[in-house]
Parts: sequence; structure tokens; C-alpha cells
Amino acid sequence: MKQSVVIAGVGGQGVLTAANILAKAALKEGHNVIASELHGMAQRGGDVECTVRIGTVFSPIVADETADAIIAFEPLEALRNLKKVKRDGVVITDINPIIPPLISIGLGSYEPLESIFDTIASHCRLIKIDADELARKAGSILTKNVVMLGAFHALHVMPLREESIIAVIKETIKEKYVDMNMNAFAMGKEAVQQKDI
Amino acid sequence: MELLGEGKKVLLGNEAITRGALEAGVDVATTYPGTPSSEIADSFSAVARYLKKSGRKVPFYFQYSVNEKVALEFAAAASHSGLRALTCMKHVGVNVASDALMTYAYVGCKGGHVIVTADDPSCHSSQNEQDNRMYARFASLPMLEPSSAQEAKDMTIAAFELSEELALPVFLRTTTRISHMRGVVELHPLPTKERHGSFEKGGLTVTVPDVARKLHPVLLEKMEKARHISNESPMNRIEGAGEVGIITGGAAYNYAREAVDDLDVPCAILKLGMSHPLPDEKILAFLKACNKVLVVEELEPFIEEQVKALARDHHIDIPIYGKEFGGLKRYYEYNIDIVTAAVAELFGIETDKKENPAPSIAPRPPVLCPGCPHRATYYAVTQVAPKDTIYPTDIGCYTLGLLPPYKTADFLLCMGSSVGTACGFSETTDQKVVAFIGDSTFYHSGIPPLVNAVHHNHNFVLAILDNSTTAMTGHQPHPGTPLDGMWEPAVPMDLEKVVRGLGVTHVEVIDPRNIEEAKEAFKRALDFEGLSVVISKAPCILLERKAAKERKLYTINQETCRKCKICITKFACPAFYFEGEDIKINPALCSGCGVCPQVCPFDAIEVVQ
Repeated sequence: MKQSVVIAGVGGQGVLTAANILAKAALKEGHNVIASELHGMAQRGGDVECTVRIGTVFSPIVADETADAIIAFEPLEALRNLKKVKRDGVVITDINPIIPPLISIGLGSYEPLESIFDTIASHCRLIKIDADELARKAGSILTKNVVMLGAFHALHVMPLREESIIAVIKETIKEKYVDMNMNAFAMGKEAVQQKDI
Repeated sequence: MELLGEGKKVLLGNEAITRGALEAGVDVATTYPGTPSSEIADSFSAVARYLKKSGRKVPFYFQYSVNEKVALEFAAAASHSGLRALTCMKHVGVNVASDALMTYAYVGCKGGHVIVTADDPSCHSSQNEQDNRMYARFASLPMLEPSSAQEAKDMTIAAFELSEELALPVFLRTTTRISHMRGVVELHPLPTKERHGSFEKGGLTVTVPDVARKLHPVLLEKMEKARHISNESPMNRIEGAGEVGIITGGAAYNYAREAVDDLDVPCAILKLGMSHPLPDEKILAFLKACNKVLVVEELEPFIEEQVKALARDHHIDIPIYGKEFGGLKRYYEYNIDIVTAAVAELFGIETDKKENPAPSIAPRPPVLCPGCPHRATYYAVTQVAPKDTIYPTDIGCYTLGLLPPYKTADFLLCMGSSVGTACGFSETTDQKVVAFIGDSTFYHSGIPPLVNAVHHNHNFVLAILDNSTTAMTGHQPHPGTPLDGMWEPAVPMDLEKVVRGLGVTHVEVIDPRNIEEAKEAFKRALDFEGLSVVISKAPCILLERKAAKERKLYTINQETCRKCKICITKFACPAFYFEGEDIKINPALCSGCGVCPQVCPFDAIEVVQ
């Protein structure tokens, strides 16, 4: 058995923390788990991809067309990693673009959102949520990564129990922010459940 | 603290190395930070701080040394005082340490000494992708290569034991994908111990020619013993069975293993955990049991060439493939797809070609953070310097000045090269030269070339970007900071005094966030005939934002904004964005540094009330 999830976003969005939470939750349930991270220069506002894999796995990076899901914190980053997901996999993405600074100064252009979503939807299953909005409602934009984890959990892609993920979030996050993050998780989960799937 | 815990934990490869060293009772750890090695040392630093905070004794001494050479020399002394030592660095750090290393191999060690080299195939955060297995061969030192986080821990412990058995420092080589992979690691108890080093005089430890001549054959004898150990070592093991064989190690093993599993082919894998010296007898036996063999290794054909030489010497006439077989290249890191294609070709299997559904996507390279003081320095310099000014640059966040619109990076080789190459450019061209170097990099290797510049009266401007930290690698302390890696009070260098003490006469210290002041200072420096140094001093915005309770936010008054776009096209702070024709500031990104209002010619950028 092998299961792989790619978590993609932009430096500073909490991608690493989200990957770490999933990895620890997997260990809590007795799975063999490996994850890849990206450190150093890439973190300065560049694109960040992490992978979490469970089962009989060795490579921390996943082969093309073999990821069960992509959790994208930004639409362009969903598209950048699309080649990683299986045709019967799922992409769950936030809908708020972060324009790369080089595009802001007039070098290149950001593909229209509709076209990004069309490309993804014609490749595999696509689920969009406004995680920024939910995170702000939960109390801080910084909870966006936990919103995304809640949304991902509602899809039941990985055999992880909610209690395990929640327990790891509580161990990972400072006590005074735990309630906020519990809300964020619940809101993300609910947002996907409301999509009637 | 997780790293001091017990049972099974999910650890980063680098954290597993630190844990391994702690389980081995390491006494001394030294480093100069560099991706992908940094978290090894940072973990020592974090453990030291945690233990001190909880009133416990720290069982080791840890130091962020001024550079890798000093880190290695420090640890060599610890080893010769009978202590266990670990020195970690990125691959190019070994270049810096290599002068000490090559002779240290002759002298050998006493207490176990593990030298971690973290290589970076594909140059994720590096200026080259050199293969440091070559150093093991070049210096004649044993090398171990883990493939997982668990092995990273186990092999660190094994490396200490091997080092003491052979009286030689031992390399532990990782690559980015091992250093930065998380995996399940089983933790064993930590020893309780006291550190007591003492140096016994009288050994063959002064490498004058007569001694060096005695030591070289001794080194070769030790490596002969290492070859026997390699042949017996369970770190070099065979998995699976079949008449087709794969020889591999390190990160490449993971890809080969998954490729063989996924293709479901009968294949024997010889996994080499000890890559120098190679287990020649084990390899020969493996070759004899196979009818063809593929060597899967990233970067140089290090194993391949040795295996081919062995086969030739022993008249083994089977095909041995490696580089250029099935798309295996000598550059960049491998992955499952690359290795699967090669293994499929080895077995004559057709595989489906995967199409990339979204082939061309706007790149998102890393950029200077919103509020980064380097941006202000670059803006000021480019406002006053002639267009053909040459900008030698150096290693750090500020290398990102390469990107438009600043384009303040023209030449870069290695740590400290900004100053050395500025000496050359200023002498051999009529162009103005402004070199950029960070504070940590300046201490690391910028001082000797500055001495060279003073002595030869070279004519250029050196801008030392002093943000009081080693920012790029994760905010480690350096000789200019008031605390050391164990969070003990340290003596901070006075950068201005250092520069003046070297004999530079035109020195100015500025805060680049005052754009006018910065422009005037750089104008004076450029006009000065001879060497001038501008110390551009302002804290790293990431640390300042963490420390500050609140910050000012800025917004654009759309009534006064004349859409000249200077804030975006010339200053290019990532907090600015277009909404239709309007330019706006993202409040989540704005750091409140207050530089952009000075850049706007129409005073349209205002503090949010």
C-alpha cells in the first residue's frame, strides 16, 4: 500500500507545518510515513512543495501521476503540481491568487483563474474553497493551513482519524491559538462537506 | 522537547543526525550553517537552549564557528583531546575546510570525529552541485551514506564507532532529499556523561615534511583496514534476488527500490551504505551472480567507474551500465520517474509516457521579503551608480538582488568572492565597482580579500549588508551577534572597527531605510578615489517582525496616486499589487518598514490611521 499527498503553496503560508501535522498523525496511527520538505532560499516567497507518503514508501518525493491528492494553498501552485496527481485523484485548492512579484512588475502574466480551474478539472477531480475567508473567520489568516487540513480530511483520502490530526495540531500549535485552529479545522471540513460529495 | 524524547518519532533527516550524535554521547559539535545542513547544528543549538532553560546541564559544547575550516579545526582539536566531535556543513563548506581536511586525514583522530557533508544535487540552495564522495576518495577517508531518517541516525552512531576503530575522521554524506526528508525514527536512550578532554603530547601531530611522509602510508594502511570493514559491514547489503542487478546508495537507492517494486521485476539490489572504501569483495560476488548490472547513483559515476575497474581486473565480462543508460544523467538529482525509466529499459519493459497537463507555468522564484532592508540598499545604490557599474555579489539572501528590477548581482563564485573579484574588476576595468556582502559572509571569508584590497589600494565600494544575523540559513548567530550558538553571552565584533582596523579610511555606517541618507552615502563612496566601505545596517525584517508588538501599515491614497508605478517597477516590494489599474498594498504582507513613502514621488503612500 502506498498513499501520497502533495501539499503546495507559497513560502510563508504554513505548508511545512501542514505536512508535518499529517506526517505525525500518520505515525500516531502506526503507519510508516515519510515526508519531504524544502528549506533555505526557496522559503523567501518562492513556491513550496511538500509531500507526505505512507505505506511501503522510500522516496520522499512522489512520481508523476501517482499522488492521491494535491492540497494547494494557492491556485497557480495547484496547477504547477498537477502533473503529480493521479487521473482519479483529487486537487483541493484555495481560490485566492498570490501574484508572483515578477508578474507584478510586468514580467509575464498570471493565467486567468477560470482557465487554471478548467485545466485541473479536465485532468482530475477539483474542489475549490475560499480558505483565506474561512481562516479570517476563524480568527487569523495564519490558520489557513489548518483550514486546508480540515478540508482535506473531509475528503477521506488518507486513512487518518480526525482525533489523530486534532491531537497533533494541539501538540504542534501554541496553546493560546488552539481554539482558533480547532475552529479553522472545523470550518475547512464543513466547507467541503457542504459541497455535497 | 521532541528531539530529546523516546519511542518512535517523525524526524527530519538532519534532526536524526543530531539525535544520533546525542545517543553516541557527542562532546563537541561545530558548524558553519548552510542549506541543506543547517538543521543539524540548529538542533544542537535548540537542545542546548532547552536544557539550559530547564536548569539541566548541557552534555556537549556547540559552536557556530566563523567558517567551516575553523569548525573542522576546532573539532579536530576536541578529537585529539580524546572527545567525540561532529562537524557539519554543506557540500561547498568542505571546500573551505579542505585545507585542514587533507592533512587531518594524515594525522587522524583520537575521539570519534564525524564530518557531515550535506550535498545539494540540483542546486536547490547552492552555487554548484559538486559530488563530495570525491572528497572521501581525495582525502582517503571513509564515507557512510544514509538513505532514510532512521539510517541517518544509525549511521551517525556507526560513524563514531568506525572513526574510533580506524582513528580516522569519517564522512557522513547526505543530500538534500535525505537531510530534508521526514521519516519514522526509533529513539534509544541518551547516555549521561561528563566531558573531560585532555591532550597528550608527543604524537605524530606536527605535519612537518618528515612527519607527513611517515603519516601517508599509515593513512593508506588504515584505509586498507576500512576496506575489510566495508566488506563485512551490514550497511552494504543485498536486497531481493534476480540475475539482473542494481548497485546503488544514498537517495538514489530510494528511487531504485520503488522503481523495482512498482515494475515488479526480479532484481537484486546491492545497497551501499558505506560508499568509501567500496566493499570490493562483496561487489565482485554480486557481479558474478548477475548477468548484467546497472549502477544508479546521482551526480558523478563514482561507484560505476570503480565497479567497472574491479570487473576488468577480475575478468568479469558482463554488461555494466550507468551514466547515459536509460536517461541517467551526470547532473541534477534523480527521482522515481527517472530511475523507473532506466530500470524499465534494463528489463526491456515499455512504460507509458506521462504527459504534463500544465507544462508552462509562470515561475515563482524566491524574492527579498517585504520590508527587507537589502531592497532599500539596492534601490539607493542603483539610483546613484552609473549604469555600467559592476556588482560582484556574495552568498546570502541578498543574492536575490540578481532579479529585476534591481539587477545588483553580476558575478558570484563562492563565500567571500564579492570582495576578491571586486579587487580584480576594479583593477582591470574602468567601470565603477560596488560589491555586496552580508555580515555573516564577511566574517566567514570577506576579511582576507579586504586586506588584499587595502594593501593594493584597489578602488571600489564594498557595501556590507549588516542585518545582524545569518538570515538565509535560518537566523543563526555569527561573530557580530551578542549571543553564541549555546545562547551564552559572546563578544560581538564591532564591524566598523574591524573595517577601520584593516586600514580602510573611507567608512560610513548608514541605515538604508533612510533612502536619501543611503543615496548620499553611496554617492560619496563612489566619488572617493580608493577603497570605500559602506556598512548598510538594519535588522532582518523577519526578526524585527517577530520582536515587534505592532507595526505601522501603509496604504496608497488612490486620489493622489498618479500611477507612475515606480513603487512597483523600481522598488518592487512584493506587498504591492495591481487591482485593475489601481496599485494597492497587501496589509498581510506590508511590514511597515516605511521605505516606500520615500520612493513615491507624489506622496501617495500614507500610514493607515
